[in-house]
Amino acid sequence: MQQFFQALMTGLADGAIYASLALALVLIYKATEVINFAQGEMAMFTTYIAWALMTHSHFGHTLSYWPAFLLTLLIAFGFGVGLQRVVIRPLERASVLTVVMATIALLVILNGLAAWIWSPELKFFPSPFPTSTWVIGGVHISKQDTGTFGVTIACVVVLWLFFRFTKLGLAMRAGAVNPGAARLLGVRTSWLLALGWGFAAVLGAVSGMMSAPTNFLSPSMMQATLIFAFAGAVLGGLESPVGAVIGGLGLGVLLSMLGTYVHLVTPELRLPVALLVLLVVLLVKPAGLFGRVVVRRV
Amino acid sequence: MTSLLELTNVSARYGQVAALHGVSIAVDEGEIVALLGANGAGKTTTLRAVSGTVRRGGDVVFAGKRLGRSGPEATARAGIAHVPEGRGIFSELTVWENLRMGAYMRRGRPDFSTVLAYFPWLESRRNQQAGTLSGGEQQMLALARAFLQRPRLLMLDEPSLGLAPLVTREVFRVVADLNQREGLAVLVVEQNAAIALSTARRAYVLETGAVAVSGTAEELKANDAVRTAYLGY
Repeated sequence: MQQFFQALMTGLADGAIYASLALALVLIYKATEVINFAQGEMAMFTTYIAWALMTHSHFGHTLSYWPAFLLTLLIAFGFGVGLQRVVIRPLERASVLTVVMATIALLVILNGLAAWIWSPELKFFPSPFPTSTWVIGGVHISKQDTGTFGVTIACVVVLWLFFRFTKLGLAMRAGAVNPGAARLLGVRTSWLLALGWGFAAVLGAVSGMMSAPTNFLSPSMMQATLIFAFAGAVLGGLESPVGAVIGGLGLGVLLSMLGTYVHLVTPELRLPVALLVLLVVLLVKPAGLFGRVVVRRV
Repeated sequence: MTSLLELTNVSARYGQVAALHGVSIAVDEGEIVALLGANGAGKTTTLRAVSGTVRRGGDVVFAGKRLGRSGPEATARAGIAHVPEGRGIFSELTVWENLRMGAYMRRGRPDFSTVLAYFPWLESRRNQQAGTLSGGEQQMLALARAFLQRPRLLMLDEPSLGLAPLVTREVFRVVADLNQREGLAVLVVEQNAAIALSTARRAYVLETGAVAVSGTAEELKANDAVRTAYLGY
């Protein structure tokens, strides 16, 4: 029992990290049908910014964790909006494939840039949560895992509230469904796409800052997470934000359970298992758990 | 009297193919004008040239101001509502969310009371996914949403498309109502010339991207060429 709950909590914490990055992928995919391969490196880059805010002195002082966390989210938002305006918007009329290639170029550029600015060696990244545990009914519950899960899911919920209850959120959903009709109603869809990139970058930053304490800070820290996130998003259906969150959490729990109970699945096999899930979903249920089958008339 | 909308020598092309060459039409304040013509004559393109969904040449003047070419957002903000071909419903959103999008450009809480007086059934279907409405209901929703934009000119593209004759008549009745009671000017593209000419005050007939015939609805109904080609008697 003890083992089960620990595996569950670790799985949910890892899963929340995958889920927020998966949601970032889905936000952009739903609006533009583009998979943003740079999403992981954007997250990594902003995590370095958080690290720099906490360790380097800026204007005479370093920031403590939570101010640095919040400031990083703000910077990530601006960074995402800026990337969309400068790199993606000029490709508005280009094919989806061209835009995907541009995101791959971004991936390589951000990776190299981070190594050049901050050096490629592993760095320690602080965690805001204590390493101790709560003991509830004989079960040890890690504060670190609970905190990671809580912060990440809180960000996801805030974003959901925005999309569900604000006029701007509604316009973003409408623009994703039918951009032409949205423009005819006076919606400046091009700016809403930039806003979407901003939100995706914020989710990525949360995912990066939450995974860095255990994965350490390095230019390649988010590469595996991006693949887990992608598997989670496909599991959920790629078009469904709810699906991405559930897919990401589910994948985290699945990997944690396999690691705990199936001794064959060592940490080295986590990535192959995730890719196996991805393949099986694509073969058996290409629309994912929450996706719709899109029938296109020729 | 100057017109509400005036197109002078408007041209448009899709890639290498010219769709409009030199269309000049006008819509006065408070009138319904129909654009008739065969498939591919340029009716839809004329509406798209006005709203800026397609790049155009020539002049479009609306309410005394020359419309720029900064795209459909700007045209909507100038006071033209364009219900496009296929109605442009947000199928995954609810009926109510579609209506709220109609009031997107308005500040503050939108007032749905006027629109609900015309379309009372929308209230009881507010949480239904718009894509699950029937074709006629979707057309009505598109009209309601366009009305919430508080436009001075409503442009409708084939409102009868895919609708049963009875439903088509109902749609045109609502359009005529909005025109008479709210003073809304309407420019309607329609294949069904009979119903369009019974609702509109004036009409233009387009042929291969240019105006071939124009006049009041009565004149066109009496025109032998128009009668045989578009009214079929």
